Amino acid sequence: MIDTYLIPLVKILFVLNATLIGVTYMVLLERKVIAWVQVRLGPMRVGPYGILQPIADAVKLILKEDITPTRADKWVFTAAPIIVMVPALITFAVIPFGPVVNLFGRQVPLYITDVNVGLLYIVSVASIGVYGIILGGWASNSKFPLLASLRASAQLISYEVAVTMTLVSMIMTAGTLSMVKIVESQYDQHLWFIFVQPVAFVLFFIGGLAETNRAPFDMAEAEQELTGGFHTEYSGMRFALFFLAEYANMIVVSSVATTLFLGGWLAPFPNVGWLSFLGYVPSWMWFLLKTFAFLYVFLWVRATLPRYRYDQLMRLGWKVLIPIAIANVVVTGIVKVLF
Amino acid sequence: MAQSIAFYVLSTFILGFAVLVVTTRNTVHAVLFLVLNFLAVAALYVLLTAQFLAVIQVLVYAGGIVVLYLFVVMLVNLKRPPEDHMAPQRHNWIGFGLSALVLVELGAIIGYGAVAPAGPVGAQTSDLALNNVERVGMLLYTDYLIPFEVASMLLLVAMVGAIILAKREL
Repeated sequence: MIDTYLIPLVKILFVLNATLIGVTYMVLLERKVIAWVQVRLGPMRVGPYGILQPIADAVKLILKEDITPTRADKWVFTAAPIIVMVPALITFAVIPFGPVVNLFGRQVPLYITDVNVGLLYIVSVASIGVYGIILGGWASNSKFPLLASLRASAQLISYEVAVTMTLVSMIMTAGTLSMVKIVESQYDQHLWFIFVQPVAFVLFFIGGLAETNRAPFDMAEAEQELTGGFHTEYSGMRFALFFLAEYANMIVVSSVATTLFLGGWLAPFPNVGWLSFLGYVPSWMWFLLKTFAFLYVFLWVRATLPRYRYDQLMRLGWKVLIPIAIANVVVTGIVKVLF
Repeated sequence: MAQSIAFYVLSTFILGFAVLVVTTRNTVHAVLFLVLNFLAVAALYVLLTAQFLAVIQVLVYAGGIVVLYLFVVMLVNLKRPPEDHMAPQRHNWIGFGLSALVLVELGAIIGYGAVAPAGPVGAQTSDLALNNVERVGMLLYTDYLIPFEVASMLLLVAMVGAIILAKREL
Protein backbone atom coordinates (compact mmCIF):
# COMPACT_ATOMS: atom_id res chain seq x y z
CA MET A 1 0.00 0.00 0.00
CA ILE A 2 2.68 2.48 1.07
CA ASP A 3 5.06 1.37 -1.65
CA THR A 4 2.53 1.35 -4.49
CA TYR A 5 0.46 4.45 -3.74
CA LEU A 6 1.78 6.68 -0.96
CA ILE A 7 5.45 6.99 -1.93
CA PRO A 8 4.81 7.63 -5.65
CA LEU A 9 2.19 10.24 -4.73
CA VAL A 10 4.58 12.02 -2.38
CA LYS A 11 7.26 11.89 -5.06
CA ILE A 12 4.93 13.29 -7.72
CA LEU A 13 3.86 16.12 -5.44
CA PHE A 14 7.46 16.88 -4.55
CA VAL A 15 8.72 16.84 -8.14
CA LEU A 16 5.82 18.96 -9.42
CA ASN A 17 6.29 21.61 -6.75
CA ALA A 18 10.05 21.60 -7.06
CA THR A 19 9.69 22.03 -10.84
CA LEU A 20 7.26 24.92 -10.51
CA ILE A 21 9.44 26.68 -7.96
CA GLY A 22 12.47 25.99 -10.12
CA VAL A 23 10.64 27.43 -13.13
CA THR A 24 9.73 30.66 -11.34
CA TYR A 25 13.27 31.06 -10.08
CA MET A 26 14.62 30.39 -13.59
CA VAL A 27 13.02 33.69 -14.56
CA LEU A 28 14.95 35.47 -11.84
CA LEU A 29 18.13 33.62 -12.74
CA GLU A 30 17.73 34.61 -16.36
CA ARG A 31 17.28 38.26 -15.48
CA LYS A 32 20.26 38.14 -13.13
CA VAL A 33 22.55 36.37 -15.62
CA ILE A 34 21.64 38.69 -18.47
CA ALA A 35 22.05 41.69 -16.21
CA TRP A 36 25.46 40.38 -15.22
CA VAL A 37 26.49 39.95 -18.86
CA GLN A 38 25.30 43.48 -19.60
CA VAL A 39 27.04 44.89 -16.49
CA ARG A 40 23.80 45.76 -14.71
CA LEU A 41 22.47 44.66 -11.35
CA GLY A 42 19.15 43.17 -12.44
CA PRO A 43 16.19 43.03 -10.03
CA MET A 44 17.32 44.30 -6.64
CA ARG A 45 14.24 45.81 -4.98
CA VAL A 46 12.08 42.88 -3.87
CA GLY A 47 13.86 41.19 -1.01
CA PRO A 48 17.65 40.98 -0.63
CA TYR A 49 19.24 40.92 -4.11
CA GLY A 50 15.76 40.66 -5.58
CA ILE A 51 15.30 37.13 -4.32
CA LEU A 52 11.54 37.51 -3.82
CA GLN A 53 11.01 38.91 -7.34
CA PRO A 54 9.39 35.69 -8.72
CA ILE A 55 6.78 35.76 -5.95
CA ALA A 56 5.99 39.40 -6.66
CA ASP A 57 5.72 38.56 -10.38
CA ALA A 58 3.38 35.66 -9.69
CA VAL A 59 1.11 37.79 -7.49
CA LYS A 60 1.03 40.50 -10.14
CA LEU A 61 0.20 38.06 -12.94
CA ILE A 62 -2.59 36.41 -10.95
CA LEU A 63 -4.15 39.77 -10.08
CA LYS A 64 -4.04 41.06 -13.68
CA GLU A 65 -7.24 41.15 -15.70
CA ASP A 66 -7.66 38.01 -17.76
CA ILE A 67 -8.84 39.10 -21.21
CA THR A 68 -10.36 36.81 -23.85
CA PRO A 69 -10.72 38.55 -27.22
CA THR A 70 -14.35 38.76 -28.37
CA ARG A 71 -13.79 36.95 -31.67
CA ALA A 72 -11.57 34.31 -30.09
CA ASP A 73 -12.50 30.65 -29.95
CA LYS A 74 -13.12 30.53 -26.19
CA TRP A 75 -12.57 26.84 -25.50
CA VAL A 76 -9.44 26.49 -27.56
CA PHE A 77 -8.14 29.83 -26.31
CA THR A 78 -8.46 28.57 -22.72
CA ALA A 79 -7.07 25.13 -23.48
CA ALA A 80 -3.95 26.25 -25.36
CA PRO A 81 -1.83 27.37 -22.35
CA ILE A 82 -2.81 24.19 -20.52
CA ILE A 83 -1.83 22.03 -23.50
CA VAL A 84 1.59 23.71 -23.52
CA MET A 85 2.12 23.34 -19.77
CA VAL A 86 0.98 19.78 -19.11
CA PRO A 87 3.43 17.90 -21.42
CA ALA A 88 6.31 19.92 -19.98
CA LEU A 89 5.36 18.79 -16.48
CA ILE A 90 4.51 15.13 -17.07
CA THR A 91 7.89 14.53 -18.71
CA PHE A 92 9.44 14.59 -15.25
CA ALA A 93 7.74 11.25 -14.56
CA VAL A 94 10.61 9.33 -16.20
CA ILE A 95 13.60 11.54 -15.36
CA PRO A 96 15.88 9.83 -12.83
CA PHE A 97 17.17 12.23 -10.18
CA GLY A 98 19.12 9.49 -8.43
CA PRO A 99 19.44 5.75 -7.94
CA VAL A 100 17.53 3.65 -5.42
CA VAL A 101 18.48 5.02 -2.02
CA ASN A 102 17.84 3.99 1.56
CA LEU A 103 15.44 6.57 3.01
CA PHE A 104 14.18 6.09 6.58
CA GLY A 105 14.86 2.36 6.39
CA ARG A 106 13.01 1.97 3.10
CA GLN A 107 14.38 1.40 -0.43
CA VAL A 108 13.16 4.42 -2.37
CA PRO A 109 14.10 5.06 -6.02
CA LEU A 110 14.75 8.74 -6.69
CA TYR A 111 12.61 8.70 -9.81
CA ILE A 112 8.86 8.52 -10.19
CA THR A 113 8.85 5.61 -12.58
CA ASP A 114 11.20 3.73 -14.88
CA VAL A 115 9.39 2.60 -18.01
CA ASN A 116 11.08 0.56 -20.72
CA VAL A 117 10.21 3.21 -23.34
CA GLY A 118 11.38 6.18 -21.24
CA LEU A 119 13.22 8.14 -23.90
CA LEU A 120 10.49 7.59 -26.51
CA TYR A 121 7.93 8.68 -23.92
CA ILE A 122 9.74 11.99 -23.52
CA VAL A 123 9.92 12.53 -27.29
CA SER A 124 6.26 11.72 -27.81
CA VAL A 125 5.03 13.82 -24.91
CA ALA A 126 7.13 16.73 -26.16
CA SER A 127 5.52 16.39 -29.59
CA ILE A 128 2.11 17.05 -28.00
CA GLY A 129 3.28 20.44 -26.73
CA VAL A 130 3.26 21.79 -30.31
CA TYR A 131 -0.55 21.85 -30.22
CA GLY A 132 -0.61 24.46 -27.49
CA ILE A 133 1.43 26.83 -29.63
CA ILE A 134 -0.54 26.26 -32.84
CA LEU A 135 -3.89 26.52 -31.09
CA GLY A 136 -2.88 29.53 -29.01
CA GLY A 137 -2.11 31.43 -32.19
CA TRP A 138 -5.13 30.18 -34.09
CA ALA A 139 -7.70 30.69 -31.33
CA SER A 140 -6.68 34.32 -30.81
CA ASN A 141 -8.28 35.08 -34.20
CA SER A 142 -5.60 37.60 -34.99
CA LYS A 143 -3.09 37.73 -37.84
CA PHE A 144 0.22 38.10 -36.03
CA PRO A 145 -0.31 35.35 -33.47
CA LEU A 146 -1.40 33.00 -36.27
CA LEU A 147 1.73 33.75 -38.30
CA ALA A 148 3.90 33.37 -35.21
CA SER A 149 2.33 30.06 -34.28
CA LEU A 150 2.83 28.73 -37.82
CA ARG A 151 6.46 29.75 -37.64
CA ALA A 152 6.93 28.24 -34.20
CA SER A 153 5.27 24.96 -35.06
CA ALA A 154 7.17 24.59 -38.34
CA GLN A 155 10.37 25.20 -36.40
CA LEU A 156 9.43 22.69 -33.69
CA ILE A 157 8.52 19.98 -36.19
CA SER A 158 11.72 20.49 -38.20
CA TYR A 159 14.04 20.36 -35.22
CA GLU A 160 12.12 17.48 -33.68
CA VAL A 161 13.33 15.33 -36.59
CA ALA A 162 16.97 16.20 -35.95
CA VAL A 163 16.67 15.68 -32.19
CA THR A 164 14.90 12.35 -32.60
CA MET A 165 17.55 11.11 -35.04
CA THR A 166 20.20 12.16 -32.53
CA LEU A 167 18.40 10.24 -29.82
CA VAL A 168 18.40 7.16 -32.07
CA SER A 169 22.20 7.17 -32.06
CA MET A 170 22.15 7.59 -28.27
CA ILE A 171 19.79 4.63 -27.93
CA MET A 172 22.19 2.57 -30.05
CA THR A 173 25.10 3.56 -27.81
CA ALA A 174 23.26 2.82 -24.59
CA GLY A 175 21.40 -0.23 -25.89
CA THR A 176 18.26 0.70 -23.97
CA LEU A 177 15.39 3.18 -23.88
CA SER A 178 14.99 3.28 -20.11
CA MET A 179 16.38 6.48 -18.60
CA VAL A 180 17.68 4.66 -15.52
CA LYS A 181 19.42 2.00 -17.59
CA ILE A 182 21.02 4.67 -19.79
CA VAL A 183 22.71 6.13 -16.71
CA GLU A 184 23.68 2.67 -15.50
CA SER A 185 25.18 1.78 -18.87
CA GLN A 186 27.35 4.91 -18.66
CA TYR A 187 28.59 3.59 -15.32
CA ASP A 188 29.28 0.18 -16.85
CA GLN A 189 31.09 1.61 -19.88
CA HIS A 190 33.25 3.80 -17.58
CA LEU A 191 32.48 6.83 -19.74
CA TRP A 192 29.98 9.60 -19.92
CA PHE A 193 28.32 9.45 -23.32
CA ILE A 194 29.40 13.01 -24.10
CA PHE A 195 32.87 11.52 -24.77
CA VAL A 196 31.41 8.68 -26.85
CA GLN A 197 29.00 10.84 -28.86
CA PRO A 198 30.29 14.42 -28.95
CA VAL A 199 28.54 15.13 -32.27
CA ALA A 200 25.25 13.92 -30.89
CA PHE A 201 25.73 16.15 -27.85
CA VAL A 202 26.18 19.28 -29.98
CA LEU A 203 23.20 18.33 -32.18
CA PHE A 204 21.03 17.65 -29.16
CA PHE A 205 21.94 20.94 -27.55
CA ILE A 206 21.24 23.00 -30.69
CA GLY A 207 18.00 21.08 -31.23
CA GLY A 208 17.10 21.65 -27.59
CA LEU A 209 17.57 25.40 -27.97
CA ALA A 210 15.30 25.36 -31.02
CA GLU A 211 12.68 23.11 -29.43
CA THR A 212 12.34 25.31 -26.38
CA ASN A 213 12.07 28.43 -28.58
CA ARG A 214 15.11 29.90 -26.93
CA ALA A 215 17.52 32.44 -28.39
CA PRO A 216 19.03 32.33 -31.02
CA PHE A 217 16.01 30.39 -32.29
CA ASP A 218 13.28 32.42 -30.57
CA MET A 219 11.51 33.20 -33.84
CA ALA A 220 8.17 32.57 -32.17
CA GLU A 221 8.44 35.79 -30.24
CA ALA A 222 10.21 38.17 -32.60
CA GLU A 223 8.79 41.45 -31.28
CA GLN A 224 9.85 43.62 -34.18
CA GLU A 225 8.21 41.38 -36.77
CA LEU A 226 5.25 39.86 -34.98
CA THR A 227 4.28 42.36 -32.25
CA GLY A 228 5.16 39.67 -29.75
CA GLY A 229 4.35 36.15 -30.87
CA PHE A 230 1.70 33.48 -30.68
CA HIS A 231 0.82 34.75 -27.19
CA THR A 232 0.14 38.37 -28.23
CA GLU A 233 -3.55 38.22 -27.31
CA TYR A 234 -3.00 36.52 -23.97
CA SER A 235 -2.88 38.34 -20.68
CA GLY A 236 -2.46 37.65 -16.99
CA MET A 237 -1.79 34.14 -15.78
CA ARG A 238 -2.54 32.50 -19.13
CA PHE A 239 0.23 34.54 -20.73
CA ALA A 240 2.48 33.51 -17.85
CA LEU A 241 1.65 29.84 -18.42
CA PHE A 242 3.24 29.99 -21.89
CA PHE A 243 6.41 31.34 -20.38
CA LEU A 244 6.41 28.94 -17.45
CA ALA A 245 6.06 26.13 -19.97
CA GLU A 246 9.05 27.46 -21.90
CA TYR A 247 11.18 27.45 -18.76
CA ALA A 248 9.85 24.04 -17.74
CA ASN A 249 10.84 22.75 -21.17
CA MET A 250 14.31 24.19 -20.67
CA ILE A 251 14.57 22.23 -17.44
CA VAL A 252 13.32 19.11 -19.26
CA VAL A 253 15.90 19.46 -22.04
CA SER A 254 18.65 20.08 -19.49
CA SER A 255 17.64 17.06 -17.42
CA VAL A 256 17.46 14.82 -20.48
CA ALA A 257 20.85 16.08 -21.69
CA THR A 258 22.29 15.44 -18.23
CA THR A 259 20.89 11.92 -18.18
CA LEU A 260 21.98 11.08 -21.72
CA PHE A 261 25.37 12.73 -21.96
CA LEU A 262 26.65 13.68 -18.51
CA GLY A 263 25.98 10.49 -16.62
CA GLY A 264 22.82 11.62 -14.80
CA TRP A 265 23.26 11.24 -11.07
CA LEU A 266 26.78 9.73 -11.31
CA ALA A 267 29.67 11.60 -9.78
CA PRO A 268 32.43 12.57 -12.24
CA PHE A 269 34.74 9.59 -12.92
CA PRO A 270 32.93 7.15 -10.62
CA ASN A 271 35.46 4.43 -11.44
CA VAL A 272 38.65 6.35 -10.62
CA GLY A 273 39.96 5.38 -7.19
CA TRP A 274 41.47 8.58 -5.88
CA LEU A 275 38.41 10.60 -6.94
CA SER A 276 36.08 8.46 -4.84
CA PHE A 277 35.67 11.30 -2.32
CA LEU A 278 33.34 12.90 -4.90
CA GLY A 279 30.90 10.12 -4.02
CA TYR A 280 30.22 11.78 -0.65
CA VAL A 281 28.16 14.41 -2.45
CA PRO A 282 24.64 12.95 -2.72
CA SER A 283 23.68 11.62 -6.15
CA TRP A 284 20.71 13.97 -6.64
CA MET A 285 23.05 16.87 -5.92
CA TRP A 286 25.24 15.88 -8.87
CA PHE A 287 22.17 15.65 -11.05
CA LEU A 288 20.99 19.11 -10.03
CA LEU A 289 24.48 20.59 -10.48
CA LYS A 290 24.80 19.25 -14.03
CA THR A 291 21.27 20.34 -14.94
CA PHE A 292 21.99 23.77 -13.54
CA ALA A 293 25.14 24.02 -15.63
CA PHE A 294 23.06 23.32 -18.74
CA LEU A 295 20.47 25.89 -17.76
CA TYR A 296 23.23 28.43 -17.28
CA VAL A 297 24.50 27.75 -20.82
CA PHE A 298 20.95 28.33 -22.13
CA LEU A 299 20.94 31.79 -20.52
CA TRP A 300 24.50 32.49 -21.58
CA VAL A 301 23.63 31.73 -25.21
CA ARG A 302 20.63 34.03 -25.01
CA ALA A 303 22.77 36.86 -23.66
CA THR A 304 25.44 36.34 -26.34
CA LEU A 305 23.92 35.41 -29.70
CA PRO A 306 21.58 37.43 -31.92
CA ARG A 307 18.43 35.92 -33.34
CA TYR A 308 18.55 33.84 -36.54
CA ARG A 309 16.62 34.91 -39.61
CA TYR A 310 13.76 32.52 -40.30
CA ASP A 311 15.08 31.08 -43.59
CA GLN A 312 18.52 30.63 -42.05
CA LEU A 313 16.91 28.76 -39.19
CA MET A 314 15.09 26.40 -41.51
CA ARG A 315 18.17 25.88 -43.65
CA LEU A 316 20.23 25.05 -40.57
CA GLY A 317 17.61 22.58 -39.40
CA TRP A 318 17.00 20.72 -42.64
CA LYS A 319 20.28 21.02 -44.52
CA VAL A 320 22.81 20.83 -41.71
CA LEU A 321 21.44 19.26 -38.53
CA ILE A 322 19.30 16.49 -40.03
CA PRO A 323 22.00 15.20 -42.44
CA ILE A 324 24.61 15.25 -39.67
CA ALA A 325 22.20 13.46 -37.33
CA ILE A 326 21.50 10.75 -39.92
CA ALA A 327 25.23 10.37 -40.68
CA ASN A 328 25.83 10.08 -36.95
CA VAL A 329 23.33 7.22 -36.72
CA VAL A 330 25.04 5.44 -39.62
CA VAL A 331 28.53 5.91 -38.15
CA THR A 332 27.33 4.75 -34.73
CA GLY A 333 25.86 1.64 -36.33
CA ILE A 334 29.09 0.86 -38.22
CA VAL A 335 31.22 1.34 -35.10
CA LYS A 336 28.80 -0.79 -33.09
CA VAL A 337 29.05 -3.63 -35.61
CA LEU A 338 32.84 -3.45 -36.05
CA PHE A 339 33.87 -3.18 -32.37
CA MET B 1 -11.63 -5.58 -12.24
CA ALA B 2 -9.78 -2.27 -12.39
CA GLN B 3 -8.63 -3.21 -15.88
CA SER B 4 -12.19 -3.80 -17.05
CA ILE B 5 -13.35 -0.47 -15.63
CA ALA B 6 -10.43 1.30 -17.31
CA PHE B 7 -11.22 -0.48 -20.57
CA TYR B 8 -14.86 0.53 -20.59
CA VAL B 9 -14.12 4.12 -19.58
CA LEU B 10 -11.48 4.40 -22.31
CA SER B 11 -13.74 2.80 -24.90
CA THR B 12 -16.50 5.27 -24.03
CA PHE B 13 -14.04 8.11 -24.52
CA ILE B 14 -12.73 6.70 -27.80
CA LEU B 15 -16.20 6.20 -29.27
CA GLY B 16 -17.43 9.53 -27.90
CA PHE B 17 -14.52 11.45 -29.41
CA ALA B 18 -14.92 9.56 -32.69
CA VAL B 19 -18.58 10.60 -32.87
CA LEU B 20 -17.61 14.19 -32.05
CA VAL B 21 -14.98 14.16 -34.84
CA VAL B 22 -17.64 13.52 -37.48
CA THR B 23 -20.45 15.60 -35.98
CA THR B 24 -18.59 18.79 -35.03
CA ARG B 25 -19.21 21.69 -37.42
CA ASN B 26 -15.93 23.50 -36.72
CA THR B 27 -13.16 21.67 -38.56
CA VAL B 28 -10.40 22.66 -36.14
CA HIS B 29 -12.46 21.33 -33.25
CA ALA B 30 -12.95 18.09 -35.18
CA VAL B 31 -9.19 17.72 -35.59
CA LEU B 32 -8.72 18.34 -31.87
CA PHE B 33 -11.22 15.65 -31.01
CA LEU B 34 -9.26 13.37 -33.32
CA VAL B 35 -6.15 14.06 -31.21
CA LEU B 36 -8.06 13.23 -28.03
CA ASN B 37 -9.29 10.05 -29.71
CA PHE B 38 -5.72 9.02 -30.59
CA LEU B 39 -4.54 9.74 -27.04
CA ALA B 40 -7.31 7.57 -25.62
CA VAL B 41 -6.32 4.77 -28.02
CA ALA B 42 -2.73 5.13 -26.79
CA ALA B 43 -3.99 4.71 -23.23
CA LEU B 44 -5.79 1.56 -24.35
CA TYR B 45 -2.49 0.23 -25.72
CA VAL B 46 -0.84 0.86 -22.34
CA LEU B 47 -3.67 -1.12 -20.76
CA LEU B 48 -2.74 -4.02 -23.07
CA THR B 49 0.94 -3.69 -21.94
CA ALA B 50 1.93 -2.54 -25.44
CA GLN B 51 3.85 0.51 -24.22
CA PHE B 52 5.96 0.78 -27.35
CA LEU B 53 2.88 0.90 -29.56
CA ALA B 54 1.28 3.44 -27.24
CA VAL B 55 4.27 5.76 -27.37
CA ILE B 56 4.55 5.42 -31.15
CA GLN B 57 0.83 6.11 -31.45
CA VAL B 58 1.27 9.39 -29.59
CA LEU B 59 4.49 10.29 -31.41
CA VAL B 60 3.42 9.50 -34.97
CA TYR B 61 -0.34 10.03 -35.02
CA ALA B 62 -1.18 12.47 -32.26
CA GLY B 63 2.06 14.43 -32.44
CA GLY B 64 2.95 14.21 -36.12
CA ILE B 65 0.24 13.46 -38.62
CA VAL B 66 -2.57 15.38 -36.96
CA VAL B 67 -0.35 18.46 -36.71
CA LEU B 68 -0.21 18.40 -40.50
CA TYR B 69 -4.00 18.01 -40.65
CA LEU B 70 -4.25 21.04 -38.41
CA PHE B 71 -1.96 23.02 -40.71
CA VAL B 72 -4.10 22.17 -43.72
CA VAL B 73 -7.36 22.92 -41.93
CA MET B 74 -6.08 26.22 -40.58
CA LEU B 75 -4.61 27.43 -43.87
CA VAL B 76 -7.44 26.33 -46.17
CA ASN B 77 -10.53 28.48 -45.87
CA LEU B 78 -13.42 26.20 -44.92
CA LYS B 79 -15.77 28.94 -43.81
CA ARG B 80 -18.47 28.40 -46.45
CA PRO B 81 -21.16 25.84 -45.62
CA PRO B 82 -20.38 22.37 -46.99
CA GLU B 83 -23.76 22.04 -48.82
CA ASP B 84 -22.57 24.41 -51.54
CA HIS B 85 -20.06 22.13 -53.14
CA MET B 86 -21.38 18.64 -53.02
CA ALA B 87 -24.28 16.68 -54.41
CA PRO B 88 -25.94 15.38 -51.24
CA GLN B 89 -27.71 12.48 -52.93
CA ARG B 90 -24.64 10.80 -54.38
CA HIS B 91 -22.59 11.15 -51.19
CA ASN B 92 -25.40 9.65 -49.16
CA TRP B 93 -25.34 6.49 -51.26
CA ILE B 94 -21.58 6.06 -50.97
CA GLY B 95 -21.90 6.66 -47.24
CA PHE B 96 -24.63 4.06 -46.91
CA GLY B 97 -22.56 1.54 -48.85
CA LEU B 98 -19.44 2.09 -46.75
CA SER B 99 -21.41 1.96 -43.49
CA ALA B 100 -23.07 -1.28 -44.54
CA LEU B 101 -19.66 -2.75 -45.36
CA VAL B 102 -18.27 -1.79 -41.94
CA LEU B 103 -21.41 -3.16 -40.28
CA VAL B 104 -21.00 -6.51 -42.05
CA GLU B 105 -17.33 -6.57 -41.09
CA LEU B 106 -18.11 -5.85 -37.42
CA GLY B 107 -20.80 -8.51 -37.44
CA ALA B 108 -18.36 -11.02 -38.90
CA ILE B 109 -15.76 -10.21 -36.22
CA ILE B 110 -18.29 -10.52 -33.40
CA GLY B 111 -19.71 -13.73 -34.87
CA TYR B 112 -16.25 -15.22 -35.30
CA GLY B 113 -15.36 -14.24 -31.71
CA ALA B 114 -18.49 -15.97 -30.42
CA VAL B 115 -17.79 -19.16 -32.41
CA ALA B 116 -14.04 -19.40 -31.78
CA PRO B 117 -13.19 -18.06 -28.32
CA ALA B 118 -9.88 -16.22 -28.12
CA GLY B 119 -6.83 -17.93 -26.69
CA PRO B 120 -5.45 -17.05 -23.26
CA VAL B 121 -4.64 -13.35 -23.50
CA GLY B 122 -2.03 -11.96 -21.15
CA ALA B 123 -0.18 -15.21 -20.56
CA GLN B 124 3.16 -13.55 -21.26
CA THR B 125 2.27 -10.05 -20.17
CA SER B 126 4.96 -9.78 -17.50
CA ASP B 127 7.63 -10.68 -20.04
CA LEU B 128 6.05 -8.32 -22.58
CA ALA B 129 6.01 -5.44 -20.12
CA LEU B 130 9.71 -5.92 -19.43
CA ASN B 131 11.02 -6.27 -22.97
CA ASN B 132 8.38 -4.61 -25.06
CA VAL B 133 10.70 -2.78 -27.44
CA GLU B 134 13.06 -5.74 -27.87
CA ARG B 135 10.19 -8.08 -28.62
CA VAL B 136 8.70 -5.77 -31.23
CA GLY B 137 12.12 -5.27 -32.81
CA MET B 138 12.85 -9.00 -32.95
CA LEU B 139 9.48 -9.71 -34.55
CA LEU B 140 9.92 -6.95 -37.10
CA TYR B 141 13.30 -8.28 -38.18
CA THR B 142 12.43 -11.98 -38.18
CA ASP B 143 8.81 -13.00 -38.80
CA TYR B 144 7.62 -9.75 -40.34
CA LEU B 145 10.74 -8.75 -42.26
CA ILE B 146 9.13 -8.62 -45.71
CA PRO B 147 6.13 -6.48 -44.67
CA PHE B 148 8.50 -4.23 -42.75
CA GLU B 149 10.77 -3.76 -45.78
CA VAL B 150 7.79 -3.20 -48.07
CA ALA B 151 6.45 -0.52 -45.72
CA SER B 152 9.88 1.14 -45.66
CA MET B 153 10.00 1.12 -49.47
CA LEU B 154 6.53 2.62 -49.61
CA LEU B 155 7.53 5.44 -47.28
CA LEU B 156 10.69 6.08 -49.29
CA VAL B 157 8.70 6.25 -52.52
CA ALA B 158 6.23 8.65 -50.89
CA MET B 159 9.12 10.81 -49.67
CA VAL B 160 10.77 10.98 -53.09
CA GLY B 161 7.40 11.71 -54.67
CA ALA B 162 6.73 14.55 -52.26
CA ILE B 163 10.12 16.08 -52.99
CA ILE B 164 9.56 15.89 -56.75
CA LEU B 165 6.09 17.42 -56.41
CA ALA B 166 7.41 20.24 -54.22
CA LYS B 167 10.47 21.02 -56.36
CA ARG B 168 9.46 21.14 -60.01
CA GLU B 169 12.97 21.73 -61.30
CA LEU B 170 15.67 19.80 -59.51
